Amino acid sequence: MGHFVDRRLNPKDKSLGNRRRFLKRVRSHVKKAVDEAVRTRGIADTDRGEKVIVPADSIAEPSFRHSAKAGRRDYASTGNKSYQAGDKIKKPPSGEGGGGGKEGSDSGEGEDDFLFVLSRDEFLDLFFEDMELPNLVKRGLKQIEVTKPYRAGFSITGSPSNINVERTMRNALGRRLALRRPKALEVRALREEIFKLEKVSKPTQEQRLELNVLHELLEDLLRRQRVISYIDPLDVRYNYFEQRPEPRERAVMFCLMDVSASMGEREKDLAKRFFVLLHLFLSRRYKSIDLVFVRHTHNAKEVDEETFFYARETGGTVVSTALVEAQRLIEERYPASEWNIYIAQASDGENYSGDSKKCVQLLNEELMKNCQYFAYVEIVDEAEAEFLNSEENGVELWREYRRVANRWPNFAMKRIARPGDIYPVFRELFAKKAAEDNGG
Amino acid sequence: MAARTTKTPRTTRTTRKKKPLFDGADWSFDTLRVVYDAIEEVARKDLELDFYTNQIEIISSEQMLDAYSSIGMPLMYRHWSFGKHFVSNEVHYRKGAMGLAYEIVINSDPCISYCMEENTMAMQTLVMAHAAFGHNHFFKTNHLFRQWTDAAGILDYLEYARGFIARCEERYGVTEVERVIDAAHALMPHGVFRYRRPRSPSLREEKERRKERREYEERTVSYLWSTVPGSVHSAKADAEVRERKRELHLPEENLLYFMEHYSPVLRPWQREVLRIIRNIAQYFYPQKQTKLMNEGCATFVHFHIVNALHEKGLITDGALLEILHSHTNVIFQPEFDDPRFSGMNPYALGFAMMRDIKRICEEPEDEDRDWFPDIAGCKDWKGVLKEAWANYRDESFIQQFLSPTVIRQFRMFAVSDNADDPYYLVTGIHDERGFRKVREVFAQNHDLSTLEPYIQVVDVDLLGDRQLKLQHTRRSGIPLDEDQKEATIAHLKTLWGYEVKMEEVTA
Repeated sequence: MGHFVDRRLNPKDKSLGNRRRFLKRVRSHVKKAVDEAVRTRGIADTDRGEKVIVPADSIAEPSFRHSAKAGRRDYASTGNKSYQAGDKIKKPPSGEGGGGGKEGSDSGEGEDDFLFVLSRDEFLDLFFEDMELPNLVKRGLKQIEVTKPYRAGFSITGSPSNINVERTMRNALGRRLALRRPKALEVRALREEIFKLEKVSKPTQEQRLELNVLHELLEDLLRRQRVISYIDPLDVRYNYFEQRPEPRERAVMFCLMDVSASMGEREKDLAKRFFVLLHLFLSRRYKSIDLVFVRHTHNAKEVDEETFFYARETGGTVVSTALVEAQRLIEERYPASEWNIYIAQASDGENYSGDSKKCVQLLNEELMKNCQYFAYVEIVDEAEAEFLNSEENGVELWREYRRVANRWPNFAMKRIARPGDIYPVFRELFAKKAAEDNGG
Repeated sequence: MAARTTKTPRTTRTTRKKKPLFDGADWSFDTLRVVYDAIEEVARKDLELDFYTNQIEIISSEQMLDAYSSIGMPLMYRHWSFGKHFVSNEVHYRKGAMGLAYEIVINSDPCISYCMEENTMAMQTLVMAHAAFGHNHFFKTNHLFRQWTDAAGILDYLEYARGFIARCEERYGVTEVERVIDAAHALMPHGVFRYRRPRSPSLREEKERRKERREYEERTVSYLWSTVPGSVHSAKADAEVRERKRELHLPEENLLYFMEHYSPVLRPWQREVLRIIRNIAQYFYPQKQTKLMNEGCATFVHFHIVNALHEKGLITDGALLEILHSHTNVIFQPEFDDPRFSGMNPYALGFAMMRDIKRICEEPEDEDRDWFPDIAGCKDWKGVLKEAWANYRDESFIQQFLSPTVIRQFRMFAVSDNADDPYYLVTGIHDERGFRKVREVFAQNHDLSTLEPYIQVVDVDLLGDRQLKLQHTRRSGIPLDEDQKEATIAHLKTLWGYEVKMEEVTA
């Protein structure tokens, strides 16, 4: 007697715990791969899995084994063609192994490097790791689609709380009419008539006959009322809701960055993380996001992502040129009435003397009116960050931007020296978003 | 028996041909049940197999991958190495480089077989016959499994093991537990008892023995000897060492057992972890020794059963062809110069040998009468096979039953590989002079005691410097792999807590 058990619906991913332990074990390699991916991938391309290569020796499982390099062994093999006892077969050159049906490689040494793929969640976890994001934010960013229920007509099934009374009653009425269900009014009128007739003390033959007819009629009406219900399950209609992805409008994200010589590899890497994170936030909220890259030295130009991060250019530093360029692009391609505009600017804080005032003017008069959010980060050395511990202190650009920040609530600025510093820039942006979500 | 097998088809042909149990590829639980009953009838009445109650579980391919990574067991404690195996299997599988097994079967009572939901009905038939009856019979009857494994208790034990290790992780931290498991895994091949241990003496016996020994010493004390300089001391030291070794049951080849009982640094929970892993290693030890027989038995059984079902008209020609297609893939043995060659296929050899036993019993030739006088022509092939399944392991089975016919069929040959020589020496081929040589070498290739390094604990001075002395006995001049050896000794040190030394001696 055999038992059959259907295990297909059992929870899968039984070995998830093992996988987590394994990832922890090869952490350093995984982390390196993630960092590398963040560096090389496009900003909009960050949130997917990543391949990781782990050298085999770091996850080896050793045991006492025989060495293949010495000693004598005997094998039995199959498929002899022409060998006779006593024949000598030349060994293949060492290192190749294989031939003659011998063990291919030295046990343990032939193991290749280990390649596997991180899932999107695992990737984002590691990406967020040194950014010190609160868990709520992490969860929010990892969720792929937000849906909202939308009315989509009526259905014949549903939960009682969704009954559409109007529809239901209309259907019931139609059905009652079609089946000619006696109305309560009709019945009452008939009853009154019967009552009247019965009151007559000495009914004539005619009246008696009529009374009988009326009684039969009443019986019939009551029967039909019973059989044809007032509201039939057939009539009931429910409001039907469809889960639709929340309609997200279009947004454009401007990345502005100073690319003069003072911006080195480290600065650019931090700037990129800053842009990636903003993009992740925005991609949660908007269906499509246009990315515009504007880099500047002493003049600004719109470029593609590749050039933005990797091409080198020399020149002075005039920050206002970037703002002017952004403003021009907004007027040309992204009218504020149709687009949500986000601007992210990264710089090391240097600016041509006197230009900062011009920046403030531009921001106050044009840009801040048009854009949803302006985030500015100043990338500094860790040593410098210690030194500039007060928000008040800073170079000219910083001081001038402080004035803008005081005036506009949608202007955020922050000095960053480590990846962990980036998130606070967006904190307000996200807090506002969360409040909206809760409210709506 | 032979008369019956020839009679069956005739009756079916002349009388009514039975309606096939299923048609087409789709399976349902009802069909599975009907087919299972038909298979069981053949297995019980015709082959007279003895098996545990079956529990057949249908799983998806993801669950099969899950099962792969925990060495096929339905429950396992958590460890990163299983995650590693899962990840590597998954990568291979997604690439298409590796197909998944159609089934996994567990030596437990009831005997659990996992069948993939992707299998067609014909494949499910094959898989049930193979796993739920072939392997199941082997697990229940083979002496190694009977002696060393507890089929009824294994699932409970694994449940306990997983719970215990999870609790340890909670209490002492994952890293701490992982350190012990890593070390224990490294020693796993050396964590089994190869032979029954002598009963350990009770405390009373032990005391009596000690008393006797003291009396003997008192009786034989001779003050004359104490005048000889030096000798007494060394004699006394020798006696001490002997006594020490006796008390620790040295030499000891079960390294995990030794660590569990005598390591000076381990805490009780760590000893329990070692014990768990040692027990699991012991549970799998019979499987390592009977790969060829186990697969051969299962293949032989499924082949017999599906043919019997077809003869009865219970499965269609199409289903039989599909089954045979898989069957031939499974028993395919590439030749040594084929790029697909990766050693001897245990399914192929096991199946061929068992088919040959049947032939020898039924229609022996003169050669077979010379080689197998006991069974040639005895007709009772079922009895002979069941005898073999019950009482042999791969190495002894080959020694006993590898016939010249099979050696010729596979054109087997034996070569000798001396690492110092630039050539391989062919030592025997499929001819009159070579049969015995080939058989001997092939049997040796399946002997775990020559395949695995022979390592034992030879001495330790628990009251002195506590250095642990291991000894590796080289056979045929084969040393240990140096890198592996060092890495493993490092693990051993974490368990022992003190210096560990390994010497290599030549047998």
